[in-house]
This record gives sequence, structure tokens and C-alpha cells, in this order.
Amino acid sequence: MTDQDTLARTPLHAAHRRAGARLVPFAGWEMPVQYAGVMEEHRAVRSAAGLFDVSHMGELRISGTGAEAFLQRLTPNDVSKLAAGRAHYSGLLTERGTYIDDLLVYRLGAEELLLVVNAANRESDLEWVRRHAPEDVRVDDVSADYALLALQGPAAVDILSELTDVDLPALRYYGFAIGEVAGREALLSRTGYTGEDGFELYLAPGGAEAVWDALLEAGRGKGLVPAGLGARDTLRLEAAMALYGHELDRDTTPWEAGLDWVVKLSKGDFIGRAALERQRENGVPRRLVGFEVEGRGIARQGHPVLIDGEPVGVVTSGTFSPTFEKALGLAWAPTGMADPGRQVEIDVRGRRLPARLVETPFYKRPR
Amino acid sequence: MDYPSEYLYSKEHEWFRIEGDRCTMGITHFAQDELGEVVFVELPEVGRTFDAGDEIGTIESVKAVSELYTALAGRVVEINEALTDAPETVNEDPHGAGWLVKLELSSPDTGGLMSAEEYRAHIDGA
Repeated sequence: MTDQDTLARTPLHAAHRRAGARLVPFAGWEMPVQYAGVMEEHRAVRSAAGLFDVSHMGELRISGTGAEAFLQRLTPNDVSKLAAGRAHYSGLLTERGTYIDDLLVYRLGAEELLLVVNAANRESDLEWVRRHAPEDVRVDDVSADYALLALQGPAAVDILSELTDVDLPALRYYGFAIGEVAGREALLSRTGYTGEDGFELYLAPGGAEAVWDALLEAGRGKGLVPAGLGARDTLRLEAAMALYGHELDRDTTPWEAGLDWVVKLSKGDFIGRAALERQRENGVPRRLVGFEVEGRGIARQGHPVLIDGEPVGVVTSGTFSPTFEKALGLAWAPTGMADPGRQVEIDVRGRRLPARLVETPFYKRPR
Repeated sequence: MDYPSEYLYSKEHEWFRIEGDRCTMGITHFAQDELGEVVFVELPEVGRTFDAGDEIGTIESVKAVSELYTALAGRVVEINEALTDAPETVNEDPHGAGWLVKLELSSPDTGGLMSAEEYRAHIDGA
């Protein structure tokens, strides 16, 4: 029988059904993978706006007098530089300097921070954080207290400004504000996972459906469509944004993944710091690199990458890009071979497709 | 949705139009709907022969790779080249212009294939 019975549902479930969503299991949740179609939704986000339900993500509140010092030790980015009303991109690393998860850290107050984590890793992240938390730190899984909507695209400001008292033009990238959206209290952050301008809205679950409906109504005539996880993946890949379980995992360091800017070695000690220093000294053995397929076919995760006929790497993410109408993706290559312009082959189910390594991101929004 | 009564259908959601010792095949409306917008079609080389049940190609959407099987044994005599530049034809007209492969059948045996009525019952139960 189906395990649909054991899947969790977000507060927007009924809204997704009404909108004709195709719902699929994802990280233990029943989530919309598409509504009108991945290509259409992707293009809408690039040209107007899309509304995503990402309520399945986890939120962990870290509070107490020791909260900042604790997260300084637990994450590679510099929490002491994270001011109130700001968020930053970071991670949880093992002692080997490899990724347990990537996440956002929000500064809610001097002694209160919020970690926003991948749905699939919520339980293991919580266990890790709790295991390392000292006496003067409180760790609460507050995921059930939040629905999370992402409004992404060039029209996002225009659409959202109708419904909120928050001064949106004043909200900088990675800044957040607490205010109201469609009469409901919300935390609005200028963040996203699409490479477009946009906002993520943290809401109490009870009012989430009303906010969802109000946004779609406000965006009608401005090109806003509901968008699912399918488009979320093609959008983030065009923007060359990492996805845990693809580019990031427990064998991958930030150096290898090209996330050097997340690591602030000078801030002091943190879990994984020594290993990262060692890897940098010894030489980072592999790098993530972008590729475009030149033959006929679509390269996907797991497909081997060959240089001069030898398998030297593997695709971490690959898709057909709706914006560029070609197959592209990200792959591991040995550090000396990861140079843009290099010709490679990708073994797609036994066929060797010619491909070219390219600079990333593939897509940068016009400014 | 109209499933032409002169076609035969497989459990893997392919249709077969048999004319003498020739057969045209494609995927059904149900299959293209499940798959979503087709962005790439990989078809076999003309001249290759296959046994019943062999995988002969793939049909890909953004998110998924769907294997294409032939329920009938035969030799590929023609493939739908138009799908190289317009793969979405498979979505727009799966039973007509979205045809995939033409085979010269090596056997008249079509046992195991369903009628349109049987296929409709099969997908209603899906």
C-alpha cells in the first residue's frame, strides 16, 4: 500500500490540491513537485514571479547567554559579525571539515539565533546541535511553529509591497524584518534559492494558507504562479547553488565545493577548522565545476566524467535548463583539470556525450 | 481521452499500430502526462533489431528519465527525426505526430498487448 499515510503535510496542502499540484514524497513530506509544469514555472520565476511552499524545512532556535559563542564554535561563518536583522549562509561541519548540512543563520537577538536547515537533515542536525550544546544554551526544534513561503522573481517586490507594512526597498539582500503580510505576523527575509530577487516569509502555520491565497491574488495579472520543487531545482542549478546530497555531503569540504567565502578561519576555533587548514595546506584535491553538454542527451547525478577517456569525476547535479535550453550541471573534477573551456565526456547510461567545462553561475540575474 | 481502438497497448504505456508486418509505436497520453514536458528523446538506430521486452530508448523530462520498451520483436526501419528539434510533440500529440519508432516485425505474435478498452481499465486502476 502507499506510504502516503505516513507522509507529513504542510499547512498549504489543501491549497496545493486546489491548484492542481502533483504531490510527491520528499524527505518524509508530501510536497508539490509541479503545478502547470516545471518549464513553465521556471520561466515564470525568471520573468515575473513564483510562489513556493518550503514549509518542510527545519528551524532550530538557539538561545541563551552562550548562544552566540556556541554557534561560533559549531559553524564556519562568523556569527560575531551577524547583526540583528541579518542572516548569513553557513553550515554544520564534522571534525573532518565536511558537511553535515548547509543552512542559514538568522540573528533574532543578542541571545537568540535561528538555524534554518534542510528538511532531510533536520533530525540529524538537531541531534548534533543538542549533543554539543553547553549548559548556558537552549536548543528548541521550532519547525512546527513555522510555515515558510518563498516569493521569487523580478516582480516579487511589486507583488509583496501590496500586502505588507515592511519597507521592502530598504530590506537588503540577506536582511530580514518582522512585520505583517496580509494581516499576519511574518518574518520576511530577502533571501532565496533561485538566483532571482525575492523573499522568504516565515509565518505561523494557522495563517499560512490565507497569506498564500493573498499573494496569488495580488500577483494575478503580474505573472505570479505557484511553483514546485521541480522548478526550484532547475532554478538553483542555473544559479549554481549547492544542494545537500548532491554538491554537499559528509565527504565534502567547503573548499572543494567552492564555498571558501563561508569559512572565516580568522574568527577563532570551530569544529572542522583544523581539518580545513590541513586540506588547504596539502592542496584541495577536487573542485566543483560547471559543464554544458554538447552532445545529445542530459547528464544527471552519478554519471561519470571522463577526461582523455579516463573517468576522473562524477556529475553531482544535472538537468535540462529551461532558460538556456541545453543540458548542464555541476560535477567533481580533479583540481588541476577543473578549468573552464576544457572538453570532457560524460558517460550517460553507456553513451559518451561530449561536454565542456564552463564558468559558473550559468545564470546571473540582470541588475 | 481518446485511446484509438485500432491500436494495441502495453503495460508500460506504449501504443502499437500494426499494419501488416510493420508497426508504428509511441507512448500513450497517460505516459506523457505522467512524464511532464518532454525535453529529450533518445531513439534507437535504424537497422537495429530488438526482442520483445527490450529497452530501445529513453524519453526525458526535466526531472525524469523514462525507459522506452518494445513489446514486439522487430527491426527499426524508421525513427521520428522531428522529435530532435521538437520533443514536446510527444506531449502535444502522443498518439499521432509524437510517434517514436517504426518496426518491421519479426513475428506476428501480439499476445500480451491490450486493447484500448483493456488499457483504459489498466490506467484507471493505476
